[in-house]
Amino acid sequence: MSDSNPTPSLYAAREPIFPRRVSGKFRNLKWFIMAVTLGIYYLTPFLRWDRGPNLPDQAVLIDLANRRFYFFWIEIWPHEFYFVAGLLIMAGLGLFLFTSALGRVWCGYTCPQTVWTDLYILVERWIEGDRNARLRLHRQKKLDLRKVRLRITKWAAWLLIGLATGGAWVFYFADAPTLAVDLVTGQAHAIAYSTIAVLTFTTFLFGGFAREQICIYACPWPRIQAAMMDEDTLTVGYRPWRGEPRGKHSKSADADQRGDCIDCMACVNVCPVGIDIRDGQQMECITCALCIDACDDIMAKIGKPRGLIDYMALSDETREMAGEKPKPVWSHILRPRTVLYTALWAMVGFALVYALFIRPEVDLTVAPVRNPTYVTLSDGSIRNTYDVRLRNKHGEPRPFELSVSGDPAYRIALENEDDTVVEVPADAAYLQRVYVIAPRGTQPALGEASDVRIWVEDQDSGERAHKDSTFNGRGQ
Amino acid sequence: MSKKPVQPQEVPTTGHSWDGIEEFDNPMPRWWLWTFYICIVWAIGYSIAYPAWPLVSSATSGLLGWSTRGDVAADIAAVERANGPINARLEAADMATLNSDPELHGYAVSAGSAVFKTWCAQCHGSGAAGAVGYPNLLDDDWLWGGTIEDIQTTVAHGIRNEEDDDARYSQMPAFGRDELLEDGEIHAVANYVISLSGDPQDASVVAAGQVLFEDNCASCHGEQAQGDLFQGAPNLADAIWLYGGSYTDVVDTINNARFGVMPSWSSRLSEAEIRSVTAYVHQLGGGE
Repeated sequence: MSDSNPTPSLYAAREPIFPRRVSGKFRNLKWFIMAVTLGIYYLTPFLRWDRGPNLPDQAVLIDLANRRFYFFWIEIWPHEFYFVAGLLIMAGLGLFLFTSALGRVWCGYTCPQTVWTDLYILVERWIEGDRNARLRLHRQKKLDLRKVRLRITKWAAWLLIGLATGGAWVFYFADAPTLAVDLVTGQAHAIAYSTIAVLTFTTFLFGGFAREQICIYACPWPRIQAAMMDEDTLTVGYRPWRGEPRGKHSKSADADQRGDCIDCMACVNVCPVGIDIRDGQQMECITCALCIDACDDIMAKIGKPRGLIDYMALSDETREMAGEKPKPVWSHILRPRTVLYTALWAMVGFALVYALFIRPEVDLTVAPVRNPTYVTLSDGSIRNTYDVRLRNKHGEPRPFELSVSGDPAYRIALENEDDTVVEVPADAAYLQRVYVIAPRGTQPALGEASDVRIWVEDQDSGERAHKDSTFNGRGQ
Repeated sequence: MSKKPVQPQEVPTTGHSWDGIEEFDNPMPRWWLWTFYICIVWAIGYSIAYPAWPLVSSATSGLLGWSTRGDVAADIAAVERANGPINARLEAADMATLNSDPELHGYAVSAGSAVFKTWCAQCHGSGAAGAVGYPNLLDDDWLWGGTIEDIQTTVAHGIRNEEDDDARYSQMPAFGRDELLEDGEIHAVANYVISLSGDPQDASVVAAGQVLFEDNCASCHGEQAQGDLFQGAPNLADAIWLYGGSYTDVVDTINNARFGVMPSWSSRLSEAEIRSVTAYVHQLGGGE
């Protein structure tokens, strides 16, 4: 605690931020990314993909009730969840790669919090006007009709966006056109309505009011990614050696000794997180690059070169201060760290694609029943029981024939079936109890434990699969 | 990167300094404080509405009267309500053709598995493999019949119990204890019976035992010792021994007889439960 200062308040109210409109190449890029990401989010559930009569025709569908995940031509079963784990690992490594190369580009351009906040600020500007008008409205103490009207209009628009956001979410979990009708006619499940209500509320709260506080106080990612950044990472920064000493370029005597920064505060006024980039690297900065657009605009007006605020690497700072040219961009991006991340990312990707293509259409798992380990039948033969789960990934029912190998003495029988063929329904797993019997006096019946291999063959296509297990004998 | 300090000077520091790095003493956001207050208010309301405060031997019950036991009771009642229609279907079903209705059969087997593990596993084992004196229900050897109707009768009325007049009943004489056979004769019968299962014994003793068997045992166990399902007389020619197949075990059985008892379940289980546990046992691997 500082003795000279009065004790500061333990709690502070949020300083409201009123970002000014800005235009430029980064703003255009952000508009483009917003359109693409929101377009993907809202439209994907309505894409159709024909999978035959027994399967849903929604291109992307998380079918929790039937435990299936459909993604265009790919269908993931619960036991293949490692694909999802692999995709998450790829997403993580991709994030590492982009962060080490380009800093917080995820935060600045594609994070849902950023995209929706950007959208909410856009709506706010349409309704209440740009920065100065919004500031005036904020400072206006009197709650007149105009302020009430503007506020209600804005909140209603925000709520509608939130409703659309939550509404789109539930479409990923059920047939979207059917659910859309059900939602409107009040026939959808209560879970759909409550999910929409929660997501509407959180979108409204996070995009309209919490905004940058989510990034600063709630999100762990800004703290983690510092570990991924180094002096070669390209990030948004200010060139103080060019801009300082800052000041108005008036006709004062020392005007020619001043730096390029005219202290117009354009970079501060457009900042969605309310910081001054000229103070250096800050935790709050999401590197949205709007201050670059704002400053470039000013530099053009005062006839100075662009880039007083720009994407740059910290390692270029000393070079530029010494009057040297900065290293080319590719030499910042191409470095062992990014190459390693790219290689790891590609390895996981190739492994997943490979795993995807070698997935069998016919599959089985064999769980030996070990309570008891074996059963003696009246003729003295020894029987082992196996719970065999047969998977048919085809869109129509298939006859599966089961057989056994490993010892010529083995015989196979199926519970509740007269022969060794069982019909497995379309796109389903089917549990069949299988008996393997070794007649009295044969080696597996007398031995302790023998190898056994259970085969399944799709009689329509001839595809085969097998799993190994153990046959327990009397152990004599 | 800038030469300027990274934060305006008006924010005080905590005074801590590590390797020249100082810690700012920034105020917390005020909405955090409000969140904290809201949590406190919520906690007070919650502890009034729900069981919360520990007392000497119990806890405050809460104004809403909620309890985990109440939840369980409600869950059980809900499941029983939900199963009502299919239980009614099961009670009306023809057991012999039950497995032609996959939905009903699947329900009966699942429900029967739970009934079995609650009421039957104590004697027959959780895997239904039985024990000495308690039949193995997985094999193809049945004392009183292995059709689904036979199993249903056995489950409903039990074996040799006092409580149910319809219980299956039979009694093997204690040939040794009641002095119906001499020790030597029992020795011969035991040798003969063991030889039937494919275990060679002394041929002359076996021949004598066969004569004694036909005179004393064949009326229940049959001429070929293949047993009789109507009397619960075990097949003595197969590889399965309920009370053990060693010489000592067999002599003990002939000497003292056996009297395995199974309770009647019709007074303790519902008709749907009896039918479902019957379906479960029938599909364990030995059902006929």
